[in-house]
This record gives sequence, C-alpha cells and structure tokens, in this order.
Amino acid sequence: MHLEDLEALAARYHAEETHEQEIRVCVAASCQSSGSLPVLEALQSACAGQGNGRCKVKGVGCMGLCSAGPLVAVAKRHAPLNESVLYRAVTPQDAAEILASSGGAPVERLRCPTDQPFFQRQVRIVLERSGLIDPESLPEAIAHGGYSALIQAITEMTPAEVIREVTASGLRGRGGAGYPTGLKWSTVAKMPGAQKYVICNADEGDPGAFMDRAVLESDPHRVLEGMAIAAYAIGASKGYVYVRAEYPLAVARLETAIRAARRAGFLGARVADTPFGFDIELRLGAGAFVCGEETALMASIEGLRGQPRPRPPYPAESGLWGCPTLINNVETFANIASIVRRGSDWFASIGTQGSKGTKVFALAGRIKNTGLIEVPMGISLRTIIEEIGGGIPDGKGFKAVQTGGPSGGCIPADYLDTPVDYDSLKSLGTIMGSGGMIVMDETACMVDVARFFMEFCMSESCGKCVPCRTGTWQMHALLDRIARGEGTPEDLALLEELCEVVQSMSLCGLGQTAPNPVLSTLRYFRHEYEAKLQNQPLRKPQTQRGTG
Amino acid sequence: MIPPPVRPPLPSDDPRWKLVNATMRRHGYAGHALIETLHSVQDAFGYLDEVSLRFVAASLDLPLSKVYGVATFYHVFTLKPPGRHACVVCMGTACYIKNSTALLDGLKARFGLGPGETSEDGALSVLNARCVGACGLAPAVVLDGEVLGKQTPETLLARLEGLIHAS
Repeated sequence: MHLEDLEALAARYHAEETHEQEIRVCVAASCQSSGSLPVLEALQSACAGQGNGRCKVKGVGCMGLCSAGPLVAVAKRHAPLNESVLYRAVTPQDAAEILASSGGAPVERLRCPTDQPFFQRQVRIVLERSGLIDPESLPEAIAHGGYSALIQAITEMTPAEVIREVTASGLRGRGGAGYPTGLKWSTVAKMPGAQKYVICNADEGDPGAFMDRAVLESDPHRVLEGMAIAAYAIGASKGYVYVRAEYPLAVARLETAIRAARRAGFLGARVADTPFGFDIELRLGAGAFVCGEETALMASIEGLRGQPRPRPPYPAESGLWGCPTLINNVETFANIASIVRRGSDWFASIGTQGSKGTKVFALAGRIKNTGLIEVPMGISLRTIIEEIGGGIPDGKGFKAVQTGGPSGGCIPADYLDTPVDYDSLKSLGTIMGSGGMIVMDETACMVDVARFFMEFCMSESCGKCVPCRTGTWQMHALLDRIARGEGTPEDLALLEELCEVVQSMSLCGLGQTAPNPVLSTLRYFRHEYEAKLQNQPLRKPQTQRGTG
Repeated sequence: MIPPPVRPPLPSDDPRWKLVNATMRRHGYAGHALIETLHSVQDAFGYLDEVSLRFVAASLDLPLSKVYGVATFYHVFTLKPPGRHACVVCMGTACYIKNSTALLDGLKARFGLGPGETSEDGALSVLNARCVGACGLAPAVVLDGEVLGKQTPETLLARLEGLIHAS
C-alpha cells in the first residue's frame, strides 16, 4: 500500500458520509460514569425516528471537561470541538430537543460555551482526534489521517530518517523523566540482535492522573501507529502494550483497535504489503505502582513479580527476555504520527527551548474545571489554574498545586508564573511527571498531603531494597506522628535525614523519588510542620518513641 | 527425547475451568502467561484459592511458591472470596483532597467494615483503590464495576442500602 492508496481510502470514507450535522456523545470512562450511554441511546433512537439522514449520532472520545459530563457536541461534519455547540450535563430527556435544534438555534439552558479559556487556550496534538472520532472505528481514524504517517514512514523513509525526524523534533519522554525520545530510539536501533521489542507503558499508576487512559479510550489507533513507526525505526517485530487492569474500557478499545488494524493490514507479518512485519499484544497489569518502572514492567510481562533490577544494563541493551527493548509512554507514542506527518520543524516550533510540543494534563482537585487539557510547553501554571481551570471554587484561596504524583512535589502561590517545562519544574523541586495536576485550596494541610503520598509509597514499595522498604515505613511513621501533633524537633530532623538516605540509596525511581513530596512541602511549607510541633512539649518520655 | 509435559486434569467439571485452560492454551502453556492466567481465574471465580493456584502451577510447570509469590505481590489478586457486592472507594490524590476518607468513615460507621473486609453474611465487601482514573468526578466509588462520581457518605450509603435490600 502506498500513501496515495491510503488517501484514496480516506477519501472514500469521506464520500460515504452524507450527513450534514453530527451529534457527538462522549463515551469515555468519565462521561460514561456520569450517564452518557443512556443519552447516546436516546439520541440514536430519536435520530433513527427522524430518518432523513441529515444527522448522525455517534459516540466519541474525551472532550476534556469531565466535571460537566455527560458532554454532547453538535457540529457540522468533521468540524473541530471549538466550532461546535457543546452541551453539559445532558440527560436522556434532553435528546429530542437537542436533535430538533441541530443546525438551528442551540438549546441555551444546556449550553456550555466553547469560547471560554478552557477550550481556547488549548493546543491539541495528542488529542487532535479525541472527541471527534468514534474510537472503535478504524475507518473514522483513517478518514482523519490515521496511519498515513506509518505508510509514509515505511514506504518513503529509511529507519534512520525516521529517527532523525524524531530527534530533530526535540520530543522528550512523556512518562515523567523527560529522556530525549530520539536518543532512546537510536540507542536501541544501534544494538545488534535479530529480535527486538517495543513496549508501550500504559501502567498509569500515579494517583490523580488519567491522561493515558483518556488517550487509549479516545484514539487507540494513534498509539498503535506510533508503536509501529517506532518498531520500523529500531527494527523490532513484536510489541506489547502493558496496560492497567483497572482500565477495563481502555483494554476493550485497545483490543478492538488491534484486531481492526490487523485485519486492515496495518499490523501483522507484512505491514501494508511491505516486507516490514510487526504485531502487538496486550498485557494486563495487576495493580502494582512499581510496574511503571521499566525493568519492573518487563519482569511483569515475563510473568514474574514486578520487581526492578539494577541498571545498567538498560533495556535498550538487555530488556525483555534479554533482547534490546524500547519502552515509551502512551503519550510519547501518541505524538509520533503527528511528528512524521507534519515534520520535526513544525513540532519544534511549539513549546520552549528545552521542552518541545505540548503536554496533556489531568486537572483535578479543588478547581472549577476538572478534566483533561493539552497545552503548549512553556505556558504558565497561573494560566492553567486561573484561566483554563477557572480558579478555585467556593471563594477559597489557592494554596498549592501538586505535579508528578508520589514522585513530585507541591508548588506554592509565589511560583505560579513559572513556565511549565521539564527544567523549570525540576528547579522548583518537583517534576513534570506523567501529567497529574492536583490543585489544593487553603484548607489543605501540607503535612497531611506528605503523609498521604508517603503512605502510598510505603505500601507500593516492592520490598526488594532496604532503603525503600524500611525507609518509607519509617518516614511514614514520623510523618504520622507529626501530623497527629505528637512530633518533636528531633523527629523532624530525623525525617530530613531519612529523606536524603532513601533518595540516594534506593534501587529504583520509586524509592529515589519517594521523599520528593516531603522535601518540597518542607521547602515551601516548613512553618506548617513546625506549627504541628509547637502544640506539644518539646521533650517526650523516651518510652513513647519508636512506637509509631 | 524429552517427553511432552503431563497436564493436570481439571480440578472439577465446573465449566469455568475450561475458560482458564483456554487462556493457558492460547499462550502455549508458557510460564510467562502466569499473570494472564491468574486474571482469567479471578474473572471466572472471583478470587484465587489453593485449588486454583495448584492447578495453574501444575499446568504451567511452575513451582507453587512462584505462583503464590506472584498472586500475593499484585494488589488486584485476592485470595479471599469477595462479597456479593463490592464497593471500591478510590483513594487517589484527587479523591483524597475531596475527602474520600469521609466515605470510608461512613461505611465503617454503617456496616462496620474497613478496606479489605467482607460482611459476615457475604453481602458486601469494602475495598479501596489507588486511583480509578475518574479524578474529574472526585470523590469516586466503583460499585459492582460501575463508577459513581461526586459521592457523599449520604448518597453512597443510600445507594448501598437499596442494593442490599433488593438482593
């Protein structure tokens, strides 16, 4: 198959669609929880009753503003989200009225304006098809440019050219650490060996993060296409998607997408009738946060306990079953097709000097607009929270924003004008992370927040290395004592000392970053820790120590 | 020549064992299919008991200790039979900030059950989850597989009482 054949196919799918108006109902997990499936059914039966073919009702992926779900958009065929009429909190009873209004005057009482900053300030690359297409339909993905980058890569580019494009784009890993993607690819490509693997890390374990889930539920073909391009570039013939078992809808849509891609020849022994062969298999996680660490993830794919091992050797050299292996995050793969299709110069023109492109964030916590956003790198935290997020509800004041989950930290109000990029966030003592962004208002107790994350790390520690296994336990005991108002200044000193030990001595990223929430809250909110100490006499009887 | 491995007989004529066997066959009875197989046992039976662990170990030619190690390492797998209704309270960051602890307190006060506990009559299990990814609807609860968003102790208890009385 050549690019012209795919374009002809896309044109045919376009021609087959004769409707003028589309009614798009979000069927991603969040809106389904708010009751979008009955809305979809009601609209479909009302539309079928009308029977003039002018209007088409379909389920689509995430439109972003999850807190206002179920969301329904009425638009001209293929029109983008911000040119549509968007309705919020729709119920099945509203179906007839919405249908009757399509193409005419909108139903004002349900209207959710799309000219607000939440929609206008976003730049969509990873989410460009999310909310536009039916995630379970391969023809819709193809009609919107799906798989054209894969065909272009394997028919018109050499593997080295693909890697050069990805390197030139400046794309960095979206899983959190920000390792340059092109460099990772070229390292694996250079490794000798007939068998290589591509792994997509969809074990989105950070509490408060749901970006990868939304991408997989809204546009699974984009991820498969990115993986296939990577496989062509590095010379792999087999890929795995390691996805959380807690995401049943994402798993189901991935399975559907893989089957459809195989049938259409985009996966399999001869991809698009070329000698290049690549197939993808799903592997379910089983609820272990540590499996987001790459060596633990590979152990889990091999059917073992998800325990990390020391690196080097890195997976690029000796990964899955000892073979050279490329591991990237869902969002990283989701960027690849756009880079190949539109060129590295275009991608590199978005973002900042050291951080190119966009980042998807899951905005949650004490903020008006919770949901999924995609913003250009370099945007300020203030713009995200005050404009896109709509500020803090109930007239409360802003206190901190937490990024990077249990490996990240809290940023206070003084630093809200910091641009969002890998290096600026690192200098504030937190990390970009996979994209969870939790806003806290003035009622949040920062010692309690630190204890919450330490409890998480303590129970998620795999138990292999002592600093992490014992250190997180001890730090949690100290934080618990301080949070209950029973801590002493010595406890606080010991806590700080332990942070350093666990950070520098742990085997893998889980332990190395576990102290971050404590360190960052100590850095900006030390007075809260000290206020907790002051409630108690400075000296406590020795017998009460060490019982925590 | 190595003789082909002897597969153990199915533990009983319960048709669900055929589903488990199908998963193992699909992966060619390879040891790395262990986690996939345990998922299919738990999907079919609701939990993993000694009979199933021994059967999986023998079928995949793995030591029982390794199968037990994997089954107890991962949070998703449970060795205890679940209640007829499962109420999973999300304890992700967004839900925690929006006071999901109050939901757990409410469940404890009404049913006397903490996370990981099942009522004596087997009607209800209370569990907690790390993050179900419904952060936009925090605090969230997964009740018998259905995600309920923006919960308060009152709405959750009312829903549960209705469920338990109906059954």
